[in-house]
Amino acid sequence: MSEVYGSWWWPYVMILVAGFLATECWRWIGVFASGKLREDSLLFAWVRAVATALIAGIIARLVLFPEGVLGDVPVWLRLAAVASGVVGYKLLNDRLMAGIISAEFVLIGGWAFLI
Amino acid sequence: MTSSDMDIDEGEDPSEFEGGAYWFRQGAKGAFCLPTLILMMAFVGFTSLAREVGLTLTEVLLMSLFMWALPSIVVLTGAMSAGAGLISAAIAVALSAVRLMPMTVALMPVLRDGKRTKTWHMLIVSHFVAVTAWVFAMRNLPSMPRAARLPFFAGFGSTVHFVVLCSTALSYMVLPAVEGPIAAGLVLLTPIYFMFSMYQASRTSGDKAALILGLILGPVFYHFFPGADLLLTGFVGGTVAFVGWLFATRRAEL
Repeated sequence: MSEVYGSWWWPYVMILVAGFLATECWRWIGVFASGKLREDSLLFAWVRAVATALIAGIIARLVLFPEGVLGDVPVWLRLAAVASGVVGYKLLNDRLMAGIISAEFVLIGGWAFLI
Repeated sequence: MTSSDMDIDEGEDPSEFEGGAYWFRQGAKGAFCLPTLILMMAFVGFTSLAREVGLTLTEVLLMSLFMWALPSIVVLTGAMSAGAGLISAAIAVALSAVRLMPMTVALMPVLRDGKRTKTWHMLIVSHFVAVTAWVFAMRNLPSMPRAARLPFFAGFGSTVHFVVLCSTALSYMVLPAVEGPIAAGLVLLTPIYFMFSMYQASRTSGDKAALILGLILGPVFYHFFPGADLLLTGFVGGTVAFVGWLFATRRAEL
């Protein structure tokens, strides 16, 4: 087994099978599953809501249970950064950049202050 | 590249050909925008992680090219650095990529131009489905003529893909390892950007409710049902938001 893991082509097999096939198949299934789904149908509105909630789940996971460098930052600081992002976004009339900059400012500034 | 093939394929009618090429270029121009810049920065954060765990430049670029979904790329990087087997890595990545399915299902009716759109065109452009392009498309395509949507999306998607691949290669070779607060900031970019752009792309109050429910239910399900948490969050959060929206807006009809 260790010979297989150590060989030069192993990472490429991983990327092709565990990377490409494992992600791309969902897109292909999505194309076929969409079939004759119409943009103005209720089913479409439901699918959109499911996709939105799923991405929201990923957002929450990336903020609350991150791996690596962001995981070293205390959870209260991460939440404070997100909260100030929301405040900045709303204060400056739903401006995307305002939300991002205020969140990043609190996170980077706060973490630099703490360590 | 793939999309210019498409234009030639539709080229029997010269005006159609012109139209497709024109909208493809418009999409390519549209790619030079804030979301692309944020995605580039997020990939810079990823190259820093990839170098840390010892991935080569070729591996980083192949992952970006073939997978084109940052959260799944991070999952595969983790699996490869931990020396996970092929099957367990594939399952972990597949679970993290499930979201691409409902996203594609939701995008296709917007992209499709009746019977004139061929399935293999849809299969090719579906590769560009990832949060950045999805949000951009759901926000901008509905106001365009139907015939313009697929070439525009192909132009946008391929340009963003190309630009991000270039900047990823450059940052892997040139940038020193990013550390400390800045590195943490780069990792936070992805969820923060996802959150605000999803909010902007939401069309109905049902979509907004789904976003908020997902943010709350995600951690709860992660705690109680790790592994199936994202699917549960999507189905439960999305369905509750949808039903609530249906009752709120169509009470008279029900």
